[in-house]
Amino acid sequence: MARRSRTKTPIAEQKPAVRKSNFDEVCLGYTIEEGQAEAIRCLQCKDAPCIASCPVMIDIPGFILAIKAGDMQEAADILGRYTNLPAICGRVCPQEKQCEQVCKLGKAKNFEPVAIGKLERLVADWALENQDFSTLSQSTQPKIGKIAVIGSGPSGLTVAGDLAKLNYEVIVYEALHDAGGVLTYGIPEFRLPKRIVKKEIQSIEALGVTIETNVVIGKTITMDEIMNEFDACYISVGAGAPNFMGIPGTALNGVYSSSEYLTRINLMHSYEFPKYDTPIKRSKNVVVIGGGNVAMDAARSAKRLGAEHVSIVYRRSLEELPARIEEYHHSVEEEINYHWLTNPIEYMNDGHGNLNGVKCIKMELGEPDQSGRRRPVPIKNSEFTIEADTVIEAIGQGSNKVLLSTFPELKLTKWGYIEADPKTGETSIPGVFAGGDIVTGAATVILAMGAGKVAAVQIDKYVQEKKQTPVTTKV
Amino acid sequence: MYKITKSEQLSENEYDFWIEAPRIAAKAQPGQFVILRINDNGERIPLTIAETDPSNGTIRLIFQVIGKTTAELSKLNTGDSILDLTGPLGMPTEIKNYGTVLIVGGGVGIAAIYPIVKGLKQAGNRVITILGAKTAELVILQEECRYYSDELIITTDDGTLGVKGLVTEAMEQVIAREIINCSWAIGPSMMMKFCTLTASKHEVPIYVSLNPIMIDGTGMCGGCRVTIDGNIKFACVDGPEFKGTDVNWDEFISRMKQYTDEEKQCLTADQKVQVTPHG
Ligand SMILES: Cc1cc2nc3c(=O)[nH]c(=O)nc-3n(C[C@H](O)[C@H](O)[C@H](O)COP(=O)(O)OP(=O)(O)OC[C@H]3O[C@@H](n4cnc5c(N)ncnc54)[C@H](O)[C@@H]3O)c2cc1C
Ligand SMILES: Cc1cc2nc3c(=O)[nH]c(=O)nc-3n(C[C@H](O)[C@H](O)[C@H](O)COP(=O)(O)OP(=O)(O)OC[C@H]3O[C@@H](n4cnc5c(N)ncnc54)[C@H](O)[C@@H]3O)c2cc1C
Ligand code: FES
Repeated sequence: MARRSRTKTPIAEQKPAVRKSNFDEVCLGYTIEEGQAEAIRCLQCKDAPCIASCPVMIDIPGFILAIKAGDMQEAADILGRYTNLPAICGRVCPQEKQCEQVCKLGKAKNFEPVAIGKLERLVADWALENQDFSTLSQSTQPKIGKIAVIGSGPSGLTVAGDLAKLNYEVIVYEALHDAGGVLTYGIPEFRLPKRIVKKEIQSIEALGVTIETNVVIGKTITMDEIMNEFDACYISVGAGAPNFMGIPGTALNGVYSSSEYLTRINLMHSYEFPKYDTPIKRSKNVVVIGGGNVAMDAARSAKRLGAEHVSIVYRRSLEELPARIEEYHHSVEEEINYHWLTNPIEYMNDGHGNLNGVKCIKMELGEPDQSGRRRPVPIKNSEFTIEADTVIEAIGQGSNKVLLSTFPELKLTKWGYIEADPKTGETSIPGVFAGGDIVTGAATVILAMGAGKVAAVQIDKYVQEKKQTPVTTKV
Repeated sequence: MYKITKSEQLSENEYDFWIEAPRIAAKAQPGQFVILRINDNGERIPLTIAETDPSNGTIRLIFQVIGKTTAELSKLNTGDSILDLTGPLGMPTEIKNYGTVLIVGGGVGIAAIYPIVKGLKQAGNRVITILGAKTAELVILQEECRYYSDELIITTDDGTLGVKGLVTEAMEQVIAREIINCSWAIGPSMMMKFCTLTASKHEVPIYVSLNPIMIDGTGMCGGCRVTIDGNIKFACVDGPEFKGTDVNWDEFISRMKQYTDEEKQCLTADQKVQVTPHG
């Protein structure tokens, strides 16, 4: 057996100088040979801490062993037992904080953990290329019940796939014209190609799931109708409503929320304007406010749209940056500038209603706040202005109210999210389950999927029990 | 796909479509709108639901050709289909018996006031309607509005129909002669701004329907944001109807010009595509 390499098998990436002007995927993925070289590094630990730290508990050593043996079909089958969206997870999961963080190999001195995420991606991409989803067997048994899923993000897709596998009739309702939630309208092509998202959604449809787009629950169909027509429902409408800092100048032309900026680019293909009809500002100087994955995505998209200078303004320091470190490194390679410990205080008007600068103030870190992080406080007389024709606020999102405002019976938390039991997905109303960002607030793809998996089990239990009780009650 | 069951040209730039959309037809209330996309490369654009026929499962949209999407839409015929149609979106108008109401529609805004006129009449109000346009042929839905109004006043800029002049002058005259309990104005931003000034001068409550640039229409992008009484609101979910006196008009009007350059480019690109076959 080859000697175990200390470091991860290198992976091919588009060169920064090239990729910063295109929207093609940055990371090119392993070849099967590279994957095998990486798979050899796995220690195949009996207690496998990686499994426990994965929100959907994938048998990680199992699929890695299959790669090592060159049996890609077996690897794909193992993955498929735990996740319906492996090609997506392999690309956007915060692996460094989950499976790879607890990898025993990575704990050894001078060793890097196994590149679990990249191996997952390899297997999933292989399956998308080589498997014919249309031949997946759908059970001919009579359906156990009928379930409505509201929202087609990772949480809704997961619950739908799992319930279809359990032989339920499942209809997913999506407000937009394309399914996928943030995977489709938020995360850019260069990190998650839409062709991959589309294929994985097709694989879920192949399980017998129906997806109806252009349906806004609460408007096109009311919750009352859903409750009458279905045995149970799962609400996974996400947390997509953008917050604004609300500082002077927010209404100026050139001030975007990250949601608008990224939706124009991803859902509406505005980076291909005028081939696609939806426009986006192509600016020279772009300032992005915030420090999460969303801020990185907006900044790197702006660069790809041709901006000369793109700066990220973040009120804390690199140590506290919430974005994935891989994305941070990619952004630095793409010449995104950082203004650490800085906060915007005003957007400047060019006199014609257009933005021409961002007035900022320097910050220092004071006492820790409720989140345990040291609270940034402004430093007196430290104002300065950054020239900008576009500013993008990526300071977080709130719960999506379209449905909730029409369903006042449903109990919410004090932050406006749905109150649901994390172990079951049950809400305050029997038969109504919920999960994903609309329960947790903005989180991750894999946590949203985990919530879907938990709820699928519980929904099955609920419907089976209900069918056994003689009196038919409303959901 | 959503089939166009009837299409008609109303004037040089205005079109009247009935489209199959049973779910929307069953739910739509006055004041609500849809978002549509014609084809895969298309933009999502909002249009007010002018009327519904729930028994046929169809909705009526009346639109003016402004840029590329509305131009493309106008070229579709009965039997053609559009790719996506979502709705009904937005908060409905509060329809109840106010007493005497004054409703002002300008240009293609008449399409948006028609369901409100109808709703308020059916709720038992005394309805006075003012329709305004540049010239006679742009005064759409005259007969429909007349049918549901106790009084119908028409104004045109050039005097080709009704009274020569502006809708605000007609408003002044109505307010001078009788007590108006509530009013609505829908049309170009400038018109709505001046109708608001006129109504508020006489302490008549006034509602307007804002038409900012939208994308999703479900409160998710913040592109349609407007400042209402000093607070950021999203017109697609909090509106589109707001109290006219609460709207920051200058800001609203300025934000409508965000994409003027890009939209011109889009329209020219489109025209180039269309002229190529001829050489
Ligand atoms: C720009 C960006 C980058 C991100 N990057 C990462 C990353 O790298 N890694 C990671 O793990 N996570 C990332 N996240 C977070 C992750 O995408 C979310 O946590 C996840 O998508 C939440 O899934 P969900 O299913 O709960 O909701 P969503 O993905 O938000 O999907 C909700 C869906 O419901 C639909 N909907 C809403 N209301 C209704 C209604 N009334 N009727 C019908 N449909 C409705 C919406 O249109 C939407 O399609 C990122 C988020 C953003 C915004
Ligand atoms: C809630 C709502 C209801 C509406 N109802 C109707 C209706 O019933 N009938 C109708 O004809 N129009 C209506 N509109 C306006 C309609 O949406 C726009 O005319 C349309 O989006 C223009 O698209 P376009 O691609 O043809 O033009 P574009 O190329 O997008 O725009 C051309 C020009 O129109 C301006 N413009 C862009 N978007 C809008 C907008 N939303 N409103 C006004 N001007 C705009 C731009 O500044 C630009 O200068 C409504 C708008 C909203 C928000
Ligand atoms: S159109 Fe996106 S929030 Fe209103």
